[in-house]
Amino acid sequence: MSRRYDSRTTIFSPDGRLYQVEYALEAISHAGTAIGILAKDGIVLAAERKVTSKLLEQDTSAEKLYILNDNMICAVAGMTADANILINYARQAAQRYLLTYNEDIPCEQLVRRLCDLKQGYTQHGGLRPFGVSFIYAGWDPQRQFQLYLSNPSGNYGGWKATSSGANHASAQSLLKQDYKEDCTLKEACGMAVKVLSKTMDSTKLSSEKIEFATVGQTKDGKIYHKLWSAEEITALLKEHDLAKDETTEEK
Amino acid sequence: MEVLLGITGKDFTLIAASKAAMRGATILKVSDDKTRQLNKHTLMAFSGEAGDTVQFAEYIQANAQLYSMRNETDLSPSALANFVRGELASSLRSRKPYNVNLLLGGVDPITHKPSLYWLDYLASLAPVPYAAHGYAQYYCLSLLDKHHQPDISLERGMELLRLCADELKRRLPIDFKGLIVKVVTKDGIEVKPFDEDAVVRGT
Repeated sequence: MSRRYDSRTTIFSPDGRLYQVEYALEAISHAGTAIGILAKDGIVLAAERKVTSKLLEQDTSAEKLYILNDNMICAVAGMTADANILINYARQAAQRYLLTYNEDIPCEQLVRRLCDLKQGYTQHGGLRPFGVSFIYAGWDPQRQFQLYLSNPSGNYGGWKATSSGANHASAQSLLKQDYKEDCTLKEACGMAVKVLSKTMDSTKLSSEKIEFATVGQTKDGKIYHKLWSAEEITALLKEHDLAKDETTEEK
Repeated sequence: MEVLLGITGKDFTLIAASKAAMRGATILKVSDDKTRQLNKHTLMAFSGEAGDTVQFAEYIQANAQLYSMRNETDLSPSALANFVRGELASSLRSRKPYNVNLLLGGVDPITHKPSLYWLDYLASLAPVPYAAHGYAQYYCLSLLDKHHQPDISLERGMELLRLCADELKRRLPIDFKGLIVKVVTKDGIEVKPFDEDAVVRGT
């Protein structure tokens, strides 16, 4: 029955649903988990990198975390190829705003610009929606640190801690349990690796399997964002006793 | 013989504009307001070619208000100044450029810091502590050079404006029909009463 309403994204089914949008959401829940946690002095984003084959060349650069502009980064859950298009669009929009107003674009405005584009593909005919969810972490002078989640339907929301991708329901409930108001960035980083270790298949993590990024503020008030190196991730995992044993790794 | 003046102080920005609307040597109106409010914390004064001025100012005003409506937040004075500069720069390179000189003053809605921007029809933009356009530059900048301090109170700011107005009345060959004075503070924009009947004797 539903077949008749599958092929066109722009057609509602008789019970008022848009199947292609729901399928896009379903596609995302098979992708690697991404989580974001808002702390009082920064934001942490963490993502699971799915290692598909041992033969595949390990990409040293981040493939799930991207810099959007000087005070915003995002994590991707879903199809990387679709995400590249949207990230390129977001970067252009951010630079255009900077050129016009000589000020960085407020976080929510950039999120909304992307979501307007995503929404368009749920309404205009012949094209499939973008199969990506984003978790955005950013800072602007009006609302300080902010965390947003957007999905293929073009909806977005602000969160204190959120997750997307595989096992996002269990990640969400773990975050709900563990989240403390006014936690520091350091505590948030710890929480992020703990949640990831529980939602991922293996309990012992390694720097090849996860990506990590933070947005924070230096002592003199400047905003920075940092994509963590493999060594820094390993150090964090060791600190929380979640690192894969060196000896087992040799095998 | 249009006069535009701007002065920043500790927590305010003052903008003054002459009240005469002129065509050639004829005065058409004595209560002209050469300012437009862009949003709650930003005011723009304009001079230049008749027609261009109001058209351009209201175009900017409409854009500023559209932004406020869409985003439920106001653009800061610095963002607006850069936007206006961009618009003037693209106009300058069009077939019929706007011939408008502007002062843009305001108070930052978040930090409450006052600011003043000087723009001309060649799309120059300069953040300044005090500013003047037209003939007022010749007579008032020297006065403000001597007496202006960045942390002055509103009373002192008004005193400086009176000093400038007296000098203009003494020196300008055509009556500019007094000044309309507006002040921008963190609470918004209001018109300040300004003594226009004071007789200034020539030297």
